[in-house]
Amino acid sequence: MKSKGKTRSYIYGLILFLITLSGFGQMPIFSRYYIASIPGLGWLGEFYTTHILHYASAAGLIFLAVYVLFDFVVQGAGGKRITGSGYLKMGIIAGLIISGGLMVVKNLPGIYWDHTAVIVLDLTHLGFCMALLMVSLYTLIFKKSWVK
Amino acid sequence: MRSQISRRAFIKGSIAAAGTVVAGTGIAKAADALVNGKKEPLATLLDIQKCIGCEECVRACRDVNAAKYPEPEKPFPKMYPKTVPVQDWSDKREVMDRLTPYNWLYIQHAFVSLNGRETELTIPRRCMHCANPPCVKLCPWGAAKQEKNGLSRIDADLCLGGSKCKAVCPWSIPERQTGVGLYLELMPALAGNGVMYKCDRCYNRLEKGETPACIEACPENVQTIGPRREILEQAHTLAKEINGYVYGEHENGGTHTIYVSPVPFDQLNAAIEKGKGKPHLDRVENMMADGTNLSRAMLIAPLAGLAAAFGKFYLKSKEK
Ligand code: SF4
Ligand code: SF4
Ligand code: SF4
Repeated sequence: MKSKGKTRSYIYGLILFLITLSGFGQMPIFSRYYIASIPGLGWLGEFYTTHILHYASAAGLIFLAVYVLFDFVVQGAGGKRITGSGYLKMGIIAGLIISGGLMVVKNLPGIYWDHTAVIVLDLTHLGFCMALLMVSLYTLIFKKSWVK
Repeated sequence: MRSQISRRAFIKGSIAAAGTVVAGTGIAKAADALVNGKKEPLATLLDIQKCIGCEECVRACRDVNAAKYPEPEKPFPKMYPKTVPVQDWSDKREVMDRLTPYNWLYIQHAFVSLNGRETELTIPRRCMHCANPPCVKLCPWGAAKQEKNGLSRIDADLCLGGSKCKAVCPWSIPERQTGVGLYLELMPALAGNGVMYKCDRCYNRLEKGETPACIEACPENVQTIGPRREILEQAHTLAKEINGYVYGEHENGGTHTIYVSPVPFDQLNAAIEKGKGKPHLDRVENMMADGTNLSRAMLIAPLAGLAAAFGKFYLKSKEK
């Protein structure tokens, strides 16, 4: 059981890393700051590549979130309860998935959404991203786990 | 029991959180826009053989849109790292033979052989107004916009000049002017680099029921504007009549700019001068197709997660 939890954590960590990297790749910063000039990292400056990677890692995150959620709902975690920081991260991830999902819809052909709604959506998604990074950093440093 | 309650509380909490997010993103407005957006988009037909290269359209575009042109403040704030390019067209406003922040339309020349005779064809070039414009869809924060009539523009009040729209545009259309726009108010040294400019399809004229300036000014009626389906029909009828060729119908998954030429577009593309500010006439695959396909596949992710969780539960309860 313990090793399974570890595997989940590693997969979650990997997805979080890829999704954050590709997410920041949506802004034109990697080329400006030479990060895309580092050998092997040129793809970080290629917007279509980071776009696809972001979608693919989002699919991974959604899969993992739904799996872990329902696994917990139907089986529980051996009588353990979700911690406060666990709830906070769950709320933020839910926000990321919902705002991100809406952005995916927005990008489909034939979708013309209200300009202000698109800006609010973009900023909301970025806000959730920053919140998750900060809370994750906090839980990592102070060793707060999801369940106790 | 404890875990039961906490799970229920957690589900409630998540739903409430999700509700807040949905309300916050203006989904109601977006859904409304979605319904209203079902209108047939506008497109233009450009009959290349009619164009005489007089540049009346170019001058009309410059006149009508002069008020939208950048007035940069100098000296420009220093940008870091030092390799960030300063792009300044404010002293070269007169340039008319390519796209610049001060010239959103120009005439391309092609010397080609037509019916055995050496002929010069002139082609008005500007933004193609893609049906699913990467410049708009991939703009990091909505400064590039697509109107409900399908036409796209970049909001000069919001653009930070990162030039992503140009990088993702298959024709590299938008052009940057440093020293203007919102980035000056934020962190000009570290982020942003001015504003991107391109043909905005005279959106403010269209809103008033007027015709885009370049269409109105043309003495040869090279351009026709109308609902995309009608424009495509006209384009194909014309192409049949003159034994000609169509460009823009399928490029980048379809655009709202349809050219009809008496010579094949690969010949035209070979004959025109291409490069910075001078777009090609090559075939273009649908740049957004991978993303569109992947987003459909994304719908499977939650179902797969659900199936995996219940599958595991089922196997476990069978073991017991
Ligand atoms: S005004 Fe008409 S004929 Fe003259 S260059 Fe423009 S499109 Fe061609
Ligand atoms: S041609 Fe380029 S700038 Fe114009 S709508 Fe298409 S992607 Fe955007
Ligand atoms: S539609 Fe308006 S902005 Fe675009 S090229 Fe014509 S005159 Fe210029």
